[in-house]
Amino acid sequence: MTLTPEDISAIWLSLKVALTATLLALPFGFALAWLMVFRKFRGKVVLEVLVNLPLTLPPVVIGFFLLLLLGKNGWIGKVLDASGMPIIFTWKAAVLASATVGFPLLVRSIRLGMESIDQQLIEASRSLGAAWYDTLVTIILPLSLRGIMAGSSLMFARSLGEFGATIIVAGNIPGMTQTIPLAIYDYASSPSSVTMALSLCLVSIIISVVVLLVHELLGKQLDRRSAL
Amino acid sequence: MNLRIDAEKKQGSFLLQLKADVSGDRIGIFGQSGSGKSTLVHLISGLLQPDRGEIYLNDECMFSSVKGIDLSPERRRIAIVFQQAMLFPHLSVKANLLYGYRRCHAENRRIKPEALIALLKLQPLMQRGVHNLSGGEKQRVALGRAVLANPRLLLMDEPLSALDDTLRFQIIPYLKSVSEEFGIPYLFISHSILEMQLMTDRILVIRNGRMDETTTPDQLARNSMADNPKGYLNLLHLADPVLQNGLYAYSWGRNSLLISGGGADRASLFELSSREIILFKKHPEAISARNLLHCTVTEMFESDGRVGIVLSVNGEKLVAEIVRSAADELDITIDSPLFAAIKASSFRKLA
Repeated sequence: MTLTPEDISAIWLSLKVALTATLLALPFGFALAWLMVFRKFRGKVVLEVLVNLPLTLPPVVIGFFLLLLLGKNGWIGKVLDASGMPIIFTWKAAVLASATVGFPLLVRSIRLGMESIDQQLIEASRSLGAAWYDTLVTIILPLSLRGIMAGSSLMFARSLGEFGATIIVAGNIPGMTQTIPLAIYDYASSPSSVTMALSLCLVSIIISVVVLLVHELLGKQLDRRSAL
Repeated sequence: MNLRIDAEKKQGSFLLQLKADVSGDRIGIFGQSGSGKSTLVHLISGLLQPDRGEIYLNDECMFSSVKGIDLSPERRRIAIVFQQAMLFPHLSVKANLLYGYRRCHAENRRIKPEALIALLKLQPLMQRGVHNLSGGEKQRVALGRAVLANPRLLLMDEPLSALDDTLRFQIIPYLKSVSEEFGIPYLFISHSILEMQLMTDRILVIRNGRMDETTTPDQLARNSMADNPKGYLNLLHLADPVLQNGLYAYSWGRNSLLISGGGADRASLFELSSREIILFKKHPEAISARNLLHCTVTEMFESDGRVGIVLSVNGEKLVAEIVRSAADELDITIDSPLFAAIKASSFRKLA
């Protein structure tokens, strides 16, 4: 297995992007899941469709919309450009692309975790003097930890594999915005680089296996804790 | 405690429309499942908002659609004991117990954890995880948790329904003692007449989402005599038995009762169905039933074609149940002298 300095940088960048995207999306995902499970409001169905849309839309479409939004003439792009923080074609754009594409997976898992909490536990907490935000932190958060973890690993894994949206908003600049899938795409286009592509594929597989193992181990630890 | 409620809540096709004003420390809410008891618990505790109306607890407004008041559940200080213990699975027994206590303002902390732990005998459970408790232990911890929140009202929402008979009668003394010891009034919600008789003084009967009547446990038991498979349940608190020829002899006022299912415990609670009592106009010469009591009719009541005969046995009260034709044939009237025969095996020990 041979890895060039560009490959190594792609690996680090992939991990950095996936981790940042997951951490960035986590509080929003948790808040949104809570809103969907525990709150009644008008327009819930619309919100649900919007949240799940990236799951069914081609990533390229999402990338294109992000480009319109974050580009020089986009609503957000203008503001960012004015404040000297261009985002397009930087690793931050890759983070946003990954966060958008993986977000529905995160929300879905956290929702499942929250839905499995017995409503009466929440009622007990409220009647024992806890305000809604107190119940959120002391009951809902710890009891949906499994869902949060499952969602985070799913999102992390999805981010590692993100291609379509990333290539549009972040480009494919080696050493700057080139993640593993983009590097593999480059290698795959030239017949002489099959070994290089295979090396990166192997790295991809190793990272995925590690993510799944960590997920399983943490899940087991949670089970053991709740069985005490 | 005074609870004043005049509220309406529509849930799907079910409409709860309640108007009641009750005072007392041991109030029961009786109704069959689907009658709206649970919705009422939610309305009183603030977990659900009425569509319109008002709820007052001790003259303090909890909810009023006219005044635009809706006190949040945590500010109402009404703790709930659920049918299932509902202990927080990620917390220890101790953390569960103190959950409400820690959130209670210092000036309201009347009940101290040490006193409650001693009363409910929770000390041996403190170091255990909530998953390692039996059903009865869980319910005791749940009760302790609710009481330690120092509520001004305890809502007991069918707290005994999920327990088997043995456990149920083990928990009842705890439920009663915490309320008496710490002076916390409670609303006891149940569909069991026996539990109503044991736990309450006044009862609101709910039927199909509406207030049916306000009654006493005894009156409720009388009204339901014909429908209840066990008839009217006579409850006898008996103590200090003496073993006589394999049967336990208990003194009951100035009478003596022979009971086969007694026990060595100092004090026991027995139930005796009104249908297990056979009445004789004259002394039966020879009879296999081990208890033959000389009594006088003090009162008679009707319940759906059945006649309830309230008997005075040397000052002690017993209710027997016979059919109308038997009452006519025996020509039973108030003050009639009668003999009541009860088999030693007819008494069921509850606790």
